[in-house]
Amino acid sequence: MTDLAEMKRFLSQYDGPELRIMEICGSHTAAIAKSGIKTLLSPKIRLISGPGCPVCVTPTAYVDRAIALAKREDTCLVTFGDLIRVPGSAETLSAAKGAGARVEMVYAPADVVAMAKTEPEKQFVFAAIGFETTMPVYALLMEELLREEVKNVRLLTALKTMPAAVSYLLDSGADLQGFLAPGHVCAVTGSEAFVPLAEKYGIPFAVAGFEGEELLAALYGLLRMQGKGTVKNFYPTVVTAEGNPKAKAMIERYFQPTDAAWRGLGIIPGSGMCLRPAYAAFDAGSSDLTEDHQHNPACRCGQVLTGKLAPTDCPLFGKICTPLTPQGACMVSEEGSCHTAIRYA
Amino acid sequence: MEKIEMIHGSGGQATSDLIREVFVKEFWNGYLAQMNDAAVVAGGAELALTTDSFVVKPLFFQDGDIGRLAVAGTVNDLLMRGAVPEYMTVGFILEEGLPISDLKKIVHSMAKTAEEAGILIVAGDTKVVDGNGGLYINTTGVGFVPAGMEISPARIEKGDVVLVSGNLGDHHAAILSSRMSIENEIASDCAPLNDIVRSLINEGIPVHAMRDITRGGIATVCKEMAVQSGKAMLLSEELLPVNPQVKDFCALTGLDPLYMGNEGKMICILPEESAEKALSIMKKAHYGENACRIGKILRFEEEEELQIAPDIGELFLKTAIGGLRKLSVLQGEGLPRIC
Amino acid sequence: MCVAYPGTVIKVQPHTATVDFNGNHVEARSGLVEVAVGDRVLVHAGCILQKVSEREAAELESLMEEVGADA
Repeated sequence: MTDLAEMKRFLSQYDGPELRIMEICGSHTAAIAKSGIKTLLSPKIRLISGPGCPVCVTPTAYVDRAIALAKREDTCLVTFGDLIRVPGSAETLSAAKGAGARVEMVYAPADVVAMAKTEPEKQFVFAAIGFETTMPVYALLMEELLREEVKNVRLLTALKTMPAAVSYLLDSGADLQGFLAPGHVCAVTGSEAFVPLAEKYGIPFAVAGFEGEELLAALYGLLRMQGKGTVKNFYPTVVTAEGNPKAKAMIERYFQPTDAAWRGLGIIPGSGMCLRPAYAAFDAGSSDLTEDHQHNPACRCGQVLTGKLAPTDCPLFGKICTPLTPQGACMVSEEGSCHTAIRYA
Repeated sequence: MEKIEMIHGSGGQATSDLIREVFVKEFWNGYLAQMNDAAVVAGGAELALTTDSFVVKPLFFQDGDIGRLAVAGTVNDLLMRGAVPEYMTVGFILEEGLPISDLKKIVHSMAKTAEEAGILIVAGDTKVVDGNGGLYINTTGVGFVPAGMEISPARIEKGDVVLVSGNLGDHHAAILSSRMSIENEIASDCAPLNDIVRSLINEGIPVHAMRDITRGGIATVCKEMAVQSGKAMLLSEELLPVNPQVKDFCALTGLDPLYMGNEGKMICILPEESAEKALSIMKKAHYGENACRIGKILRFEEEEELQIAPDIGELFLKTAIGGLRKLSVLQGEGLPRIC
Repeated sequence: MCVAYPGTVIKVQPHTATVDFNGNHVEARSGLVEVAVGDRVLVHAGCILQKVSEREAAELESLMEEVGADA
């Protein structure tokens, strides 16, 4: 039996070649920082944060469009709190709200249905950002809008798929020896979504949960799996090989693959999802939001998102760029690698 | 009239009627009854002074309201410097449209809390502004500091023990719950901490420093104390008391109990040899039943072992899995206002 | 953004279920999984994403032994 103490011993005493392991998911980045895992690892094991915070990878053109919609007299923009302080090319949703635009924050996208019914003369736009974890939630929202015949809600989508981003990173030559695969994305997609990548690039993937012990177990697994192009599931209470077939079918019913713009990475073909043409009436103008305006030319978000630079390598980090004065998205989002790095230094 | 109108702020008859019917009725005491421009009170000792404003929404929440909060918050600030709370002033900003019945409930709650905390409300003011039925309170508190009493972070020593008087985050979680579609029984812990502080001092516990845990939560308060003392403080995640319902509430909403505010909890830092006695005193005192030990001020050898530079004025957390995490004060705005 | 948390279903309605998290009750959309009272489920953004199966914890133990033995 491999117990926690043995895993910790193994991870702290590892003395092989330097290993660079990427956690793709922003919630993993936050969980790693919160549990202090980096202080338990040998200096030969480096954890690199990947492009898995949906707020961080959303380009400024999207934020600008959201702000423009919120400023329209007849429109209310509804969003998760995460997006509200992200800078667009000129301002944030928060600033626009302060200046009179209507922006509402919710925890559940479905809340917009009740809002829309109460104010039928208003248009409601939901800022639908996220990865595979959140896509089925938007699919359910679509189903509810159709079932309840609610006509005044539309989605502004910036939905992205994780395997596409990982594939892009590996193709662009990222030097990585293993991935902590995102547990809640895999709850939907199943661990099998990462098998083709593991096999193609000969890199191990360990599906991980979000508690300290679960992360340690997955890291221990990755060390043991070195050199093997396989996927192992260290989060079996929630993740299966095939994931949630009903959720996958729901995504498929309402959404289809599209090219997507990632902040700092550019356009990655087939890496996003958008509403199918049959549901075009529910789209708030989501296509072509690819422009990405950089506020501060010295901002290194792009390299930080791809794991080429650590947050502390950016010349702005902690000086000009702080959680109160963020220059780039990695500092804005609670799950961004720069925000996390400064908060849990 | 059932609601506050602009005329209640006129300074004329409507104002004095309101003062007489609502405030004097509840707050009556010899000093207030003089109804002069300023209260003249008995004094003599060294004084502790504090001021605070209360803008919480909603005005009423599970097990508390803005009035109880205003008195408890003011009293607790005085207590944390070792002062005995004596007098306070209360300024109300009322928005047009506030139901007078709500105002009466709040004023009654203030009077009850002031009585519980043994503090006299000796002066007050009311203004009415345009708005939408809101209410804001500003207070000033005066306490007497017994001779020789010196309680401040500057007195914190290496090897000291860190105690907390009870569960973390209750008030914050109660306020947020009332604003969200999550149903639970989480109640605010808003309370004056006189009994705990008086018992510790009367029993001769050599307390080095105390702070009540308000906005920013325990992490912010402890980090500030670490900085002020120039010492390294280590808290242990496993020892931090959090009600399971609050813990799950935090997990659901993505919040961290370390950064959640209380309004009736305090940190007490004191020498190791007095820790057990202090703990049993706190547990017996009103509002201290869940008191426990949560951490310590690091000694030289402990700093060395953890590879922490000596005397750096930092706060660390030993996580449940044994990792070490440096804690900062609350970053960003965190959340909607809670007090 | 991908934060999700496990709770227990205490009531099932059409399209939604009430989920208990240590005394916190949340009404979550249930259209992605068939659920019954007593089920442990994972909730994300007001929506039940997947069922949680405690018995599969045993699977992790055997997996740990498997990767441990591989070395």
